[in-house]
Amino acid sequence: MDAISLMESAANGALIGLMYSLVAMGIVLIYKSSSVPNLAQGSMTMLAAYVVLAFANSAGAPIWAAISLAIITMFIIGLAIERVALRRLAGRPIIMILMMTLGLEIFLRAGSMTIWGGTTRPMNLGISDAPLFLGPLLINRAYAFGAVVTIAMFGFFVMFFRSRMGVVLRAISDDYTAAWSVGISVERGVALSWAMSAVVATIAGVLWSSVQGVDQSLAQLLLKGVTVAVLGGLDSIGGALLAGVLLGVVEGIASSVLDPLLGGASRDLVDAAMLILTILIRPHGLFGRHDIERV
Amino acid sequence: MIGSLLLLALAAPLYMNTLYLSSYLLPWLVWTAGALGLNLILGWAGQFHLGYAAVMGIGAYAAVHASRAGIPWEIAIVLAGITAAVIGSVFAFAALRVKGLYLALSTLALQFVMDWTISHVPAISGGTQATLQAPDIRLLGWAVTSDAGLYYVALVWCVLVTSFMLNLRRTALGRALVAVREKDYAAAVIGVNSFYFKLVAFATSSFIGGVTGAILVGTFYHAVTPEQFSVDVSIQALAMVIVGGLGSIIGSYFGAAFILLMPGVMNSFISWAATKFGFSLGIETLAHLPQAFYGALIIGFLLIEPLGLGKIYNNIRDYLLVWPFGYTKK
Repeated sequence: MDAISLMESAANGALIGLMYSLVAMGIVLIYKSSSVPNLAQGSMTMLAAYVVLAFANSAGAPIWAAISLAIITMFIIGLAIERVALRRLAGRPIIMILMMTLGLEIFLRAGSMTIWGGTTRPMNLGISDAPLFLGPLLINRAYAFGAVVTIAMFGFFVMFFRSRMGVVLRAISDDYTAAWSVGISVERGVALSWAMSAVVATIAGVLWSSVQGVDQSLAQLLLKGVTVAVLGGLDSIGGALLAGVLLGVVEGIASSVLDPLLGGASRDLVDAAMLILTILIRPHGLFGRHDIERV
Repeated sequence: MIGSLLLLALAAPLYMNTLYLSSYLLPWLVWTAGALGLNLILGWAGQFHLGYAAVMGIGAYAAVHASRAGIPWEIAIVLAGITAAVIGSVFAFAALRVKGLYLALSTLALQFVMDWTISHVPAISGGTQATLQAPDIRLLGWAVTSDAGLYYVALVWCVLVTSFMLNLRRTALGRALVAVREKDYAAAVIGVNSFYFKLVAFATSSFIGGVTGAILVGTFYHAVTPEQFSVDVSIQALAMVIVGGLGSIIGSYFGAAFILLMPGVMNSFISWAATKFGFSLGIETLAHLPQAFYGALIIGFLLIEPLGLGKIYNNIRDYLLVWPFGYTKK
């Protein structure tokens, strides 16, 4: 293991990590507005990828049109999920809400498998496979493209949270009773955050399926997304971005060091260990707000 | 009522065909015991546990290894329970520091760590893809191999766990757990040491889980692989408790039956509907449809009756008790 290949794992890890952040951003958006930890984000990502393929293959739309159509579809699906499943659970114990998102996870994952089947399908975005050299480092173009899109999405959210609607969402996340009392429609804000998170899931789904194809394993991005979201602080979008890079780098280096020792598949172990350590050492994450509990 | 049910259960091998006995009744009883153990931590102590299958797996592997090493089976399952309780208390250390959502996520992560450890340490699983044969159950030197014998083993364990849970309600321990569930700080104010009781709750439920895992492997699977105790199984156990009703004992029976029987019933319903209405479905569709229905079921229960089948049973029972004088509500 020489220094160059370690650097290469770190650089590619950082880019992959930025793509994890995209999944985490969806979780953060929903958690910020309604304190619902969305364990269905992984399967929403997977559903979105299948929807894109359905538009591209069955309807024969060009890939960019298919993606735009899928974004609109997922926006509506996000609204629907909030309206049907989550709104009635507001104020229920966290156990019920977690179980609801787990139920949604199973339903969306198995539902899209029922409709479209489980074989892996490619999604071609037209990113060339030619190697990209950054000095001595070999960078994967698909990862680099994903990282750029993630940063662009982050920029969009920074702008959005300064707009009028964004300020409304921030007010809801701060204290929804107070937001209610000054006449903000909390339901609409929460619904909007679900819709936006479904749109983020679409973008994440497209980027990830261009890397690994469309199949059930997209839903397993949930563990990465949750780890990144908790590490960055569940209510901080910027935190999700930085934590993604951090997790990606740690994962890249750790797996290139540990894989030969442990016989492969150490990535998930690294994720789980990061999640446990974060929760035990700093439960509110790197940039999250530390709430004080009153009896 | 309970006596006649017990008699029916005891006489089941006499009037039931062995297929139903060993492929429906037996797993139902074992899973009910497992669901009750999870209900102890979730419904009574109010602590989230997404790694219950890992605890069951620890028990199963401990029992199989112990009995392969020649330890008598009665001692091996107690060992399984103790191993699971000790390792399961690791989950409690997460619970002592964080709660609610963060507890759920850390137990989920621990489930992944346990899965990984079990399948990647050859000393435990015998290699990544290996299946370990479970030795026959021997009670006091007698090998239990008949279907009826295995059924009685499961029945005894289920009755033991049920009577423990029924009595737990009235003990100081049970009430302390409920106090911790309602508000741990408030419990501390009235002198309940929430630290200690959370630890006890995790250890007890892990003990039940560990023994249940050992019995499940001994009586039903007869061999043990890591996939039998993956994260999906944790979610399945959770679904049993939620569908049955949090903190409800009869509910755990209903929940376990519902979740276990649902895929089979669903499959036969689909094939019946397919022949009846003359449509055919692809193999993949058939494979995933029960799973999708299962997800929809969890969603539906949470929306319509969050307290689960146990609550529905109580509603019907209350209605029938005073029928036809429904206006004399208690």
